[in-house]
Amino acid sequence: MDQAQGSAREPVIVGFLCAWCAYLAADAAGMARAGHTPSMRPIRVMCSGRVEPEFVLRALRDGADGVLIAGCHPGACHYVDGNLKALRRFALLQRLLDQFGVERERVQLVWVGAAEAAAFAAAVDRMAAQLRALGPLRWDERVLGGEGAGLDAGNAAVPEDASA
Amino acid sequence: MSARKPRLAMYWAASCGGCEVSLLNIGEKLAALGDAVELVFCPCLADFKLADVQALPDGAIDLCLFNGAVRNSENRQMAYLLRRKSALLVAYGSCAHEGCAPGLANLTTAAAIRETVYRGGPSTDNPAAVVPAEISQVPEGTLELPVLYDTVLTLDQVENVDYYLPGCPPESPRVAEAIGGLVAALAGGAPLPPRGSVLGALETIVCEECPRKRLSRRVERFHRVHEVAPDPKACLLEQGLVCLGVATRGGCGALCPRVAMGCRGCYGAPPGVEDQGGRMVAAIAALTAAGDPEAGGARLREQVDAAMATVVDPAGTFYGYSLAHSLLRRARVTRKAGGEEGRG
Ligand code: SF4
Ligand code: SF4
Repeated sequence: MDQAQGSAREPVIVGFLCAWCAYLAADAAGMARAGHTPSMRPIRVMCSGRVEPEFVLRALRDGADGVLIAGCHPGACHYVDGNLKALRRFALLQRLLDQFGVERERVQLVWVGAAEAAAFAAAVDRMAAQLRALGPLRWDERVLGGEGAGLDAGNAAVPEDASA
Repeated sequence: MSARKPRLAMYWAASCGGCEVSLLNIGEKLAALGDAVELVFCPCLADFKLADVQALPDGAIDLCLFNGAVRNSENRQMAYLLRRKSALLVAYGSCAHEGCAPGLANLTTAAAIRETVYRGGPSTDNPAAVVPAEISQVPEGTLELPVLYDTVLTLDQVENVDYYLPGCPPESPRVAEAIGGLVAALAGGAPLPPRGSVLGALETIVCEECPRKRLSRRVERFHRVHEVAPDPKACLLEQGLVCLGVATRGGCGALCPRVAMGCRGCYGAPPGVEDQGGRMVAAIAALTAAGDPEAGGARLREQVDAAMATVVDPAGTFYGYSLAHSLLRRARVTRKAGGEEGRG
């Protein structure tokens, strides 16, 4: 049942899009019906450098199959180097997530110009295809709840009343 | 005001005994504390039995200091029992508060740990492959061991917790203030701190108590402690030595950075921070100068990635004390056919 549901469900991507480039590109892609999969839930942020690592962790924990962070090209950041800050965070976060068993395809950083609607749509489609191939993440249920990975049969057990 | 002395219990679940030592370490105040309470349960210090606790009416223990993480079914049952028998339950020390070192087991599984400890360890000599079983038949009858969990839990993940006392172990002067204060309030009928309070710690970060100078220097790479001799006055983090002071609640007096060891994070996340590791990723990134924006896409990514690769074992370092209480809480493990385990 889990498998059937997993393959039927489109992957959920939480997209943190910078207001100056990526969000405009996403908006234009939507207007042009550039066909990017409905997987992405866009969240507009003022700058990709504003995306706290905690936001990404929380999205993964609360049900996202992947997180996309999108900002302006290097040199084109509205706040000079917010996108470089985003890259530094992202590079370390990926190393951290490796240790948690989160595949690298699940958290991606892309740079898009405001006029690059088609390129942005293609990046989302590519990511959705990668996530479809990986299968659902569903951290809360499958990793913490133990479903799927078969972990924690013991954790789930209701304690015997030790005072009995 | 009641005529009897408050009843005190202290119990160790998955712990090392350091928390009991931190209580004994409050010096001459221990005598006063001993006089002020009736100790009803503390297996580390006195010969009480489980049956003694079971025989108490519910809520009969006024104050229970619970240290240690919940790592197996026995810990779980003791948490359940002591919650019911205690009016106030304190998560005492980092293990009960945020999982501490036992919580690092959440990067792997119980089966993998058993394999390493009993069979695969470099110094393990176990030709008959003897591994403890949860149930063993012996001539005298059946022996049972607690079930070792895959996921280490914190006390507040299994029972309601009234107060938290952070630290590995909590600093003894802070213990004296916090526990002494609770006992005095209980004995005198004075108001107690609001439920859920973090006691014996500050609302600010360790950096606020640290005498080292921060000069807003940025670094190209990070070093391990044995690789450099740090400047005695400057901030360790700004010298490329990982220090969790920026992501850790103060209260210890910055003991570790004072002696040139980066804070390991034992007092847990400060107020307003949900995830110590996430906060450290942001702090390290903000400090790193690597990456030439002129270099262009792929080259730029390589430069930044090479700098971040100098932070060895980010999960183990950033969550050394708080993994079990972090946003992700444990690593994802897939079971492959044939029972083999792998990450991801
Ligand atoms: S980062 Fe560490 S060394 Fe630097 S000021 Fe904070 S506690 Fe002190
Ligand atoms: S400096 Fe950090 S690791 Fe050291 S005692 Fe204080 S909180 Fe714990």
